[in-house]
Amino acid sequence: MTTPQLDGGFANLSHDAAHAFRAALQAMARPGRIEMLALARPPAPCSQAAGALILTLCDSTTPLYLAPSHDQPGLREWITFHTSAPIVRPEAAMFALGTWDALSPVDRFAIGTSAYPDRAATLIVEMTSLATKGASLRGPGIKDRAQLSLPEIAAFQDNRRRFPLGFDCYFTCGDRLAGLPRGAIVEG
Amino acid sequence: MNAYNFAYLDEQTKRMIRRAILKGVAVPGYQVPFASREMPMPYGWGTGGVQVTAACLVPEDRLKVIDQGADDTTNAVSIRKFFQKTAQVAVTEKTGEATIIQTRHRIPEQAMTEDQILVYQVPIPEPLRFLEPSEVETRKMHALEDYGLMHVKLYEDIARHGEIATAYAYPVKVEGRYVMDPSPIPKFDNPKLESSALQLFGAGREQRIYAVPPYTRVVSLDFEDHPFDPSKAPHPCALCGAEDSYLDEVITDDAGSRMFVCSDTDYCASRREDAA
Ligand SMILES: [Zn+2]
Repeated sequence: MTTPQLDGGFANLSHDAAHAFRAALQAMARPGRIEMLALARPPAPCSQAAGALILTLCDSTTPLYLAPSHDQPGLREWITFHTSAPIVRPEAAMFALGTWDALSPVDRFAIGTSAYPDRAATLIVEMTSLATKGASLRGPGIKDRAQLSLPEIAAFQDNRRRFPLGFDCYFTCGDRLAGLPRGAIVEG
Repeated sequence: MNAYNFAYLDEQTKRMIRRAILKGVAVPGYQVPFASREMPMPYGWGTGGVQVTAACLVPEDRLKVIDQGADDTTNAVSIRKFFQKTAQVAVTEKTGEATIIQTRHRIPEQAMTEDQILVYQVPIPEPLRFLEPSEVETRKMHALEDYGLMHVKLYEDIARHGEIATAYAYPVKVEGRYVMDPSPIPKFDNPKLESSALQLFGAGREQRIYAVPPYTRVVSLDFEDHPFDPSKAPHPCALCGAEDSYLDEVITDDAGSRMFVCSDTDYCASRREDAA
């Protein structure tokens, strides 16, 4: 008998985590570039890319918020079994998973402190499509300009205004992954 | 039997280091604290860089390790062997063939590409440490973007020596926000900190990780009337004739004869091969 929430983890723990991290690193270092990440098979509605991010970055020391779009028993059990990450409210989360609408209002999430700006949340935003078109991006990691199909503009402009404080985002869709650090300058 | 986890570190440690690296990338030039682990080598040997490299490596990587530009020093050879053994990765001495380069105190002469990661070994990550010994105070200065002390120090240099005397670890401002120590690279290398490659910095003893993403603005601190000058000694390399590379002065015989040669041994060897 197989229990669905036990399946779908990394087949080769250290190699798969290494590949997944490298994709996550490249995505955060080069906003507007889409990486492929298909190493995990989490229960619905979680995408493969979001599942791999969680397996790679989360553990018992990283409180995780599941937005209503993703707060479902099968996914909760899968995350708990594979990572032991405590499921918490938005304000206490180091990571958060959900659709943009379900994660909003995003001003609930930790943005770090002036002494420790690293103590900020990372949002994993599940998208119905993810493409290198739409909002215009400038800033670190970007040669001239890039484009990314962001779910909105204003929230990322507000986030940039608080730099070096702010949350950082991953956008996931199926096996596709993109990153948006807080310092990105987003224009319509 | 393989007694090691991939790249030596256990998965929980790698996760912690990986999270720190990502926050470093998100806040360019800011020093992220991390819980440095004991490594099977002494601190002076670049344990910070080794931990960052271990967290980034994938089995398909081709690793190059340089120490002051050279691939063949004891330090570089040991680190290269360590990752050959623990991560089974391929290694190279050719800058152009490497996917990850771990370095102590130099940036390769050959321009790096988008597909490469440069990992620096950092002894003292805090650029304000020589001016202010208290960690609480330096953290406050970074938080308030209060870099007056650093400017005073550089200006005193000018008053005393007629120029800024700092030749290594010359401080930079990253993306207009954080003042950062680029590790003890010669100031000649500072212009190369603006790169297509991702640059990661690891300090083991001091437990800090920081980053400069590709295409990030990196400005060497200076004054309008004393602009930053990255120039080097005006000699060509005695071996390959290069006039654009950083040179080491080496003693060639017992009589104390000296010559200037490229510090980047791969660059020098490639130029001599091309000329042959
Ligand atoms: Zn030469």
